[in-house]
Amino acid sequence: MLPGHADFRLSEGPPPKKLNGRRPIPEKPPTEPPAALDVWDRRVADGLAFLRRRLAGAYEVDEFGFDPELTESVFHPMLRVLYRDWFRTEVFGVENVPAEGSGLVVGNHSGTLALDALMLTVALRENRPHPRHLRLLGADLVFRMPGMSELARAAGATVACNPDAERLMNTGQLVGVFPEGFKGIGKNFSERYKLQRFGRGGFVSAALRTGTPIVPVAIVGAEEIYPILADLKPLARLLGVPYFPVTPTFPWLGPLGLIPLPSKWLIQFCTPIPTAHLTEFADDPLVVYNLADQVRETIQATLHELLQKRPDPFAR
Amino acid sequence: MVTSPPSVVVVTGVSRYLGARVAARLVADSRIDRVVGLDPHDPPARLRGLLDGVERIRADPRAATEAIAELDAEAVVHLAVTSVPDPAHGGRAGMKEQNVIGTMQVLAAAQGAPKLRKLVVRSSTAAYGASFRDPAVFTEDTEPRAVPRGPFARDILDIEGYVRGFRRRRPEVAATVLRFAPMISLSAETSLTRYFAQPVVPTVLGRDARLQFVHVDDALEVLHRSIVEDHPGTFNVAGSGVLMLSQAVRRAGRVAVPLPETGLSTVASLIRRLGVEQIGLDQIDLFVHGRVVDTTRLVREFGFTPRSTETAFEEFVESHAAGSSLTADRLAAAERAILDGVRRVRAAADSADSKA
Repeated sequence: MLPGHADFRLSEGPPPKKLNGRRPIPEKPPTEPPAALDVWDRRVADGLAFLRRRLAGAYEVDEFGFDPELTESVFHPMLRVLYRDWFRTEVFGVENVPAEGSGLVVGNHSGTLALDALMLTVALRENRPHPRHLRLLGADLVFRMPGMSELARAAGATVACNPDAERLMNTGQLVGVFPEGFKGIGKNFSERYKLQRFGRGGFVSAALRTGTPIVPVAIVGAEEIYPILADLKPLARLLGVPYFPVTPTFPWLGPLGLIPLPSKWLIQFCTPIPTAHLTEFADDPLVVYNLADQVRETIQATLHELLQKRPDPFAR
Repeated sequence: MVTSPPSVVVVTGVSRYLGARVAARLVADSRIDRVVGLDPHDPPARLRGLLDGVERIRADPRAATEAIAELDAEAVVHLAVTSVPDPAHGGRAGMKEQNVIGTMQVLAAAQGAPKLRKLVVRSSTAAYGASFRDPAVFTEDTEPRAVPRGPFARDILDIEGYVRGFRRRRPEVAATVLRFAPMISLSAETSLTRYFAQPVVPTVLGRDARLQFVHVDDALEVLHRSIVEDHPGTFNVAGSGVLMLSQAVRRAGRVAVPLPETGLSTVASLIRRLGVEQIGLDQIDLFVHGRVVDTTRLVREFGFTPRSTETAFEEFVESHAAGSSLTADRLAAAERAILDGVRRVRAAADSADSKA
């Protein structure tokens, strides 16, 4: 303290006067000391505030219907249990995913229900210093089903079509696509880890048009969650779905058959394929086809590597 | 390119809110000499004040043909497009008569008008149809993938078809088609504002549509600019951003009642007696598929950004606060009450613990 400062004091104003028995200064509302709030108080308060915001509609949704608040506070915590404790997922090469700006993650599709897509979104939220939202491109069947369509949109998915894919990539989003589609998730267990045809490569032309790097990703583990032993095609046609699976547990155990088998999951992100120099070839079928084939080969080779790392599908 | 504003403007549909407001604004613009309002119906009393300086011709579209040619019109603004059947004017048959046949005749008349330089037609974002394979965001170049179920949307497709024909035959006329998102404001009464003003709002079970609105004042601004300036082409007119239907219902403080899609219109018409607005196939299409458009072209060409969907809706909510049940204030009060209750119970439990 500087000399002479110890006895320095601000002059005090006149003391508050009582007028008509009323206090001249309005009473402050009593504030709780912050120490009194313990963990549970805060959790209850946070939960109630969340509920109030949802009920009042005080949240933001983007033009695709993506609801980041709902995704982060409801969907992800639930999926994380499946990801961490049930499937014991290990992730490699996550540094290959661009930390910011657009990217197109292309994966192999398997597992009867598209759990692999959901686990991929969790992997990208969990495993990096910069967690990212993966914007999935889904089949139009998903968006036909009431209820399901709204869950998918709220979680950030949209219909797999070039205008949507390009719009997402142009705004710097990370887009996820599974070019095998229903051929991939609806294949028999005997076909496991054999990549199916990659469609017309529409995902490649969308990436080329926007100059977005393509990140191939191989997912091992999803094939074993609901092994398809047979496909009841007539029943599927009757229900208007692409396949009707018969697994060891479904339909025999009814809804219990929906519990996935606890396989061990490995996810490997491969080196990104830059496309910025190929923008003018977006309409060239040969370039598009070759690039799609390159992505497919990369994923297939990586699947074989991962399978060698995991000899037992149900290992710890 | 901005040429001189047209001196004689013919506005159709001046017996309705939008037409009357557009005509009034044109009268107030000193660059325009003559504003003629064409409408088969007389305007209601509340709009009559707006139409003071407007020469009104009460004529059905057929008689309008002669009127447009005789008046030496330089611009025709076609706003006589109705979105909801009005039982007072012939229900759905009358609506189709007005929308489709009316447009056909107005455009035929415009085609024969020698001095015509400008045509502005009101369209709707319903022009994009409704399909599950639709992209999430429509640009002006998106083609409809499926013919929509709603009668209004079908009319809109027909109307835009006639405009395409007109453009081919009179390429020198600057034809502007404005695809408006549902309009919303403090004062305008539209089917959508009536819908959100109900205490209980029927929605489609398992569907939550992405909605966009445009503020009526912004719609007027765009219409006015497209008349006095030159902006040929088709433009989406909507506020940026998106509100989910459920979110909009909550922000309006109403209670949503989800009903299954099949038979929603039947149920809705049955419970109409309880004060619930009738829901047509147009609304069901909108509520199942949602409708979001890209307005980049509008903002670039007009140099004007409509206020966002959120802002437009907020203004509407403030003016229709009466009848809302779940308001933000009440929710906040409930939250505080529950928190206080929890604290009190915990404090009581703590003191009981310390005594024991």
